[in-house]
Amino acid sequence: MPDKKLGLYIHIPFCMKKCLYCDFCSGVYGPEIRKDYVKALTNELRYQSERLYDYSVASIYIGGGTPTWLEEKLMDRVIKTVFKYYNVEPAAEITMEMNPATASESQLFSYHTLGVNRLSIGLQSSNEEELRTLGRVHSFKDFLRSFEAARRSGFDNISVDIMTGIPGQNPLSLKKTLSDVFLMKPEHISCYSLIIEEGTPFHDMYGEDDEKRKRGEPQEFLPSEDEEYELGKTAQNMIKAAGFSQYEISNYAKLGKACLHNVGYWKRTPYLGVGISAASLIDEIRYTNTRDINEYIRKGISSNFPLYNEAEALSEKKRMEEFMFLGLRMTEGILENDFYETFGVLLDSVYMLPVERLLSEKLLKRDRGRLFLTELGADLSNYALSMFLLDKD
Amino acid sequence: MENGLSHIRNFCIIAHIDHGKSTLADRLIEMTGVLTEREMSEQVLDNMDLERERGITIKSQAVRLIYRSDSGEEYIFNLIDTPGHVDFNYEVSRALAACDGAILVVDAAQGVEAQTLANVYLALDHDLEILPVINKIDLPSADQAECAKEIEDVIGLDCEEAPRISAKTGLNCHDVLESIVKALPAPKGDMNAPFKALIFDSLYDSYRGVIVFFRVFDGVVKPGDRIRMMATGAVFNVVETGYFGPGQFIPCDELSAGMVGYLTASIKDVHETRVGDTITSDEKPCEAALPGYKAVHPMVYCGMYPADGAKYPDLRDALEKLQLNDAALQFEPETSQALGFGFRCGFLGLLHLEIIQERLEREYDLDLVTTAPSVVYRVYRTDGEMIELTNPSNLPDPSEIDHMEEPVVDAEIMVTKDYVGDIMKLCQERRGEYVSLEYVEQTRAILKYVLPLNEIIYDFFDALKSRSRGYASFDYELKGYVKSALCKLDILINKERVDALSFIVFEGTAYDRGRKMCEKLKENIPRHLFEIPIQAAVGGRVIARETVKAMRKDVLAKCYGGDISRKRKLLEKQKEGKKRMRMIGEVEIPQEAFMSVLKLDEE
Repeated sequence: MPDKKLGLYIHIPFCMKKCLYCDFCSGVYGPEIRKDYVKALTNELRYQSERLYDYSVASIYIGGGTPTWLEEKLMDRVIKTVFKYYNVEPAAEITMEMNPATASESQLFSYHTLGVNRLSIGLQSSNEEELRTLGRVHSFKDFLRSFEAARRSGFDNISVDIMTGIPGQNPLSLKKTLSDVFLMKPEHISCYSLIIEEGTPFHDMYGEDDEKRKRGEPQEFLPSEDEEYELGKTAQNMIKAAGFSQYEISNYAKLGKACLHNVGYWKRTPYLGVGISAASLIDEIRYTNTRDINEYIRKGISSNFPLYNEAEALSEKKRMEEFMFLGLRMTEGILENDFYETFGVLLDSVYMLPVERLLSEKLLKRDRGRLFLTELGADLSNYALSMFLLDKD
Repeated sequence: MENGLSHIRNFCIIAHIDHGKSTLADRLIEMTGVLTEREMSEQVLDNMDLERERGITIKSQAVRLIYRSDSGEEYIFNLIDTPGHVDFNYEVSRALAACDGAILVVDAAQGVEAQTLANVYLALDHDLEILPVINKIDLPSADQAECAKEIEDVIGLDCEEAPRISAKTGLNCHDVLESIVKALPAPKGDMNAPFKALIFDSLYDSYRGVIVFFRVFDGVVKPGDRIRMMATGAVFNVVETGYFGPGQFIPCDELSAGMVGYLTASIKDVHETRVGDTITSDEKPCEAALPGYKAVHPMVYCGMYPADGAKYPDLRDALEKLQLNDAALQFEPETSQALGFGFRCGFLGLLHLEIIQERLEREYDLDLVTTAPSVVYRVYRTDGEMIELTNPSNLPDPSEIDHMEEPVVDAEIMVTKDYVGDIMKLCQERRGEYVSLEYVEQTRAILKYVLPLNEIIYDFFDALKSRSRGYASFDYELKGYVKSALCKLDILINKERVDALSFIVFEGTAYDRGRKMCEKLKENIPRHLFEIPIQAAVGGRVIARETVKAMRKDVLAKCYGGDISRKRKLLEKQKEGKKRMRMIGEVEIPQEAFMSVLKLDEE
């Protein structure tokens, strides 16, 4: 196995129905497109493997969209292509995202057999009303059924996504969701607060409300700022009390079950992303694939590579910025010595002012050569992390 | 001049807005020649090339037209353009004083309107002969007969001979030219008397210095003459005399009584050539200056600060350049704790302020923060000393103040009957003192009020327009100072007084303004890690308060598939917002917050 490690991200942009809050690059497409997409995707995998022959793949993440909504035989083809052309480490973490309403037990069993060893289940809430509000296609029952099916199929590393700040959510319903989830004993929990993104139906419905809330004014539908804050804190406290440790702003895991693939993003280890909108970081160049599925298919099928429409060689300044604002997302933060080893300059020589300021504001802590966000800093991470952007020269 | 005074006409065009003043001016320029036949052959081409080489842009304040009348004689018309805003009333009055007649343009579809009357009165004040012209007769809704009747009834001008035209199509415009010859008077003047001329405008040109625009009343001026400005006392040697072609200066040998033209004399700045001053011969001066000269004083002051502190020298240079061309603009350096180094600038009025601000931003590429405009208050101290206060921050301690005075104006508002009630209400709200109400005809009234200047400099004009649906017009003149119950309103942000936000206000409206300021600031100050009280205080007593709540949660959405660039953009947006902030104590205040309080009454 080569020494150089690579994370591999595979984007499956297909959904049964698009959720009302979702702004990811995904949608509802017919079977022809799905088939053509997988053709293009496997071509891209093959093409990229040629220049990445000296990497070994330490983690794979199949995300979307809804990967489990893809036909089994097409997914089968994708996974087999990966194993055929890449040096996948025997212990590699291989995650697949799934929607509770879309995966059958036989499918899960088959994917597990092919090598997928981690599932990330998008539950969001166990409250049926809240699921409807979000426009999710599944019920809580679907979740229970698929979770049990996953366990029976051999998955011993399962993550559950939970959402706070859903319109109509209250501390009681959130606590119910959490205890419902804890009963299933997942190994990992991701807990995000609902963000009203532009271009989504939620933005049309709640955009104005959200703006008011951001200004600290009374809002109508969304939980108030104080309520949202309390919901977030409730979730954080309960998840930690249930034996999970928080290793990143929004992620919690049982011992040894942190998501290696995502940690790779924060630590800036190289990764390849395939599929529409997927991003890669290889040799400090960031590539971003086209978001246009027709263009992707057209070029991919005819092997008209590359498929990225953006490539940016990251300047040292940008690498330093990323080192900080990505690294500090992790609870353990960053080692000042790592910064020195990576860039050959002392962290203080670049970031003394923001560090001092954040330390004095109690958003950041320094402990034996390690810098990390405090709980308050994590709550205000946008504010805190933006301090590490350097002035343009 | 071979034809003498009898073949010169000096006039302006007056009209209500949109009645066709500029269109008619364009038409007249188009229909006439710019040079006499003799001049045509001699001078033009060379001169125009020269102009082009030098790249001089000329604001045309006056234009000379050559018209060969139906009788075959050649006439010189000097058309003098007048600014159209109450801020520049004085300039308008001087331009009118340079004329002998005025063309009154009335829209045949609209009839006589507020500004029609206001302008007529202004013209009559200067003893101008008025030639009515009924315009836009091509419009389907035009009613020439009714319009003529209205002019006769309301203004009292005979319309029997009035040209009925369409300036747009050119229909009957020839009649206007003939009427100018017949109905408007020729200038009077004594060629042999000492030189005497009225300055009605001036322009700074970086090659030639100040170009002075004037009307000769008596005598002659030519290059080489030694002239004196009677008010400022400045003396110069004339370098060039000439008259105005459209968009160009055309030199000539001399300018004599009755003529309108320009001169250059290596004058370095417009402050020595004040509008309204009389120019005379230094060797053989005239006995008395022409009447009506006023030294123009700024009525409105505000602080102007560069958004980027490093641009302070650029702002100073820009102001100096603008001042070369604008005798009414004043400025002196000042410092603000909140805004750093800047200038306290004086203007004729709010429009003047806005024009200067816009020119600084556009022509000089400066990003500005301005403080609330203020009038000049008179503060009488207990020791008897009087201070003219232009910056609210300099107000002495209340214990040292005996009393204060504020400037008031005589305001004339012309309004249609239906809106009289609303406008009176507005004037009362603005602390107006009712003087009179006269109906100039059945549907139109002139309301006279004495109003405090500080009540009209912000948004009075806008309020007037909106409450009268655009039918009211407004004119004012400084009346003097009156004793008034005034106080200083301070704004405290996180318990720190922000000097740039302080202003003087009438006691009775302090609470209302303070509350509105706090509300506006709350909207414009971003949330911080801590709670920020915003308070309005008068003499240490807090009269209004708002709170910017502390920021509790500010996190990014899920980071998907290694898409870092999107996260970066969000963080960059956050950081970008910070750049344009001013630190007041611990609080970062965006530039917009300072500007937002200037428009309190917009909602």
